[in-house]
Amino acid sequence: MEKLLMKGNEAIAEAAIRAGCLRFYGYPITPQTEVSAYMSKKMPKVGGLFMQAESEIAAINMVYGSAAAGVRAMTSSSSPGISLKAEGISYIAGADLPCVVLNIVRGGPGLGGIQPAQSDYFQATKGLAHGDFQLVVLAPSSIQECVDLTYEAFDIADQYRMPVMLIGDGMLGQMMEPVTFPEEYKGRDLPEKTWATNGTQMKRKHNVVNSLYIEPNELEKLVVERYKKYDYIKETEVKYETENIKDADVVLVAYGTIARIAKSAMQKARNEGIKVGLIRPITLWPFPEKIISETAKKAKSFLAVEMSMGQMVEDVRLAVNGQADVHFYGRTGGVIPTPDEVYNKIIEIAGGAK
Amino acid sequence: MSRLNIFVGHYGSGKTEVSLNYAMELKKQGKDVIIVDLDIVNAFYRTKDAEKILNEAGIEVITPQYANTNVDIPALPADIFKIFTDKSKTIVIDVGGDDDGAVALGRFFGYISQEDYKLNLVVNTKRPLTDTKENIILMLRDIESCSRLKVNGIINNSNLSYDTTTALISEGEKTVKAAADELGVEFVFTAVKEELYDEYLKLTDAKVFPLKKYLKMPWQIQ
Repeated sequence: MEKLLMKGNEAIAEAAIRAGCLRFYGYPITPQTEVSAYMSKKMPKVGGLFMQAESEIAAINMVYGSAAAGVRAMTSSSSPGISLKAEGISYIAGADLPCVVLNIVRGGPGLGGIQPAQSDYFQATKGLAHGDFQLVVLAPSSIQECVDLTYEAFDIADQYRMPVMLIGDGMLGQMMEPVTFPEEYKGRDLPEKTWATNGTQMKRKHNVVNSLYIEPNELEKLVVERYKKYDYIKETEVKYETENIKDADVVLVAYGTIARIAKSAMQKARNEGIKVGLIRPITLWPFPEKIISETAKKAKSFLAVEMSMGQMVEDVRLAVNGQADVHFYGRTGGVIPTPDEVYNKIIEIAGGAK
Repeated sequence: MSRLNIFVGHYGSGKTEVSLNYAMELKKQGKDVIIVDLDIVNAFYRTKDAEKILNEAGIEVITPQYANTNVDIPALPADIFKIFTDKSKTIVIDVGGDDDGAVALGRFFGYISQEDYKLNLVVNTKRPLTDTKENIILMLRDIESCSRLKVNGIINNSNLSYDTTTALISEGEKTVKAAADELGVEFVFTAVKEELYDEYLKLTDAKVFPLKKYLKMPWQIQ
């Protein structure tokens, strides 16, 4: 496998194409525009279609259409653009259709800024749009993981017939690292898309794509069924990485690029003899509750590090459930915490340098 | 040696790292150096990030007015014009990626074309769109047509970040030299990170330029 040097945004686009994505609907916004730029050059070469839609709202509804027809489809944006797509994503979830949505998060609220942030955690994992529904949310922390999780995102979407969100930030979208792509990707065994509105060939009844239900009881039944699926996903699809948690007094919890900053801080603290560990959620939903809960039986303190005012920390606190102290350190508005800032917070929690 | 040293190339070819190091080298040679960040297409990982180090070395830095802020517009500062009027200065210009970035250079065509300039194309053959001789030539042509200037130097900066090997650099050098030969353009040097410099010298008869890493990732303790 040949190694290439790629930007996160390019790597995600290339991985999506290799994963069989044939429709990409984009609308430019910093810092994810390279995804569209790459797709516009590459999609026509593989017999796919790139379209720059007239708005984010149009783009997500084009994804809705392609997904209904059983084609792997994707859109990408950054925070304000994801808010615009929210309605469409709810419709896609309500119609049980698979698609992949990429959010390269920037500072907010409002137009906010173009620098890296993680302040869309609540939006991605809890309240992206109206209605009872969930997205699977995948948070890579390296460019290779961007590639691997992009393949995974399409498979998860198809397996469970639901939208999957890949979430990163401008650092991840713009930075370059060596990556390899699998020569031949052996994905999951996926069911045939018998529900797709791709022509009856006069051999079956019409398939209908819909998210409107007249009878409350019928809608309730459907939503409850969907939640059984979510429960199954919570049991089977949780992904995380741990480091040094066995003997840790202080456990850092951080995802995406910030996990790498937390890791540097952890190493510095370990060099000083402070027992620090790290749990890095890779799936933000389903959240790795069990490992956090288990780790909390031994660890004294948890420290959630985020580029936000403290969002994931709430899930950490729920998982810890009073078994240990839960602290938070964050920067927001596009400011990136330094390893030293995180280290200082660790010292504060651990009760001064030893 | 030219007074105007311009670096263009594909996104992620390493223009900024090469430009920074080149400016530092000129300064060491006793030149009065100004480095210009002419990148109007990429808001991240840019010359502006190394402003402090450059200033400490006595190098003046001119960057787009809103670089590293949230104002997402490519406004170039008016004092950029002094690089053309004060001929006592030696200038390094770090241009944005691809033909899109080279558009900003075209805006100064009238000034640059009056002088004996050196326009270097920086190439990393591990970037997917400049991986072959043919693709390098296509990239060069696109940049030339947008900047309206002639590329007269090619630099091999083939690397895979922390996975770079001298074998990889050497392979890149062959491809980049082949492109230079076909175009009749000077092959200027191969840029090699410091750690591999001595090892690489034994592998080539080309000029080798050592690269110090000035731009660190946020998780690297400074």
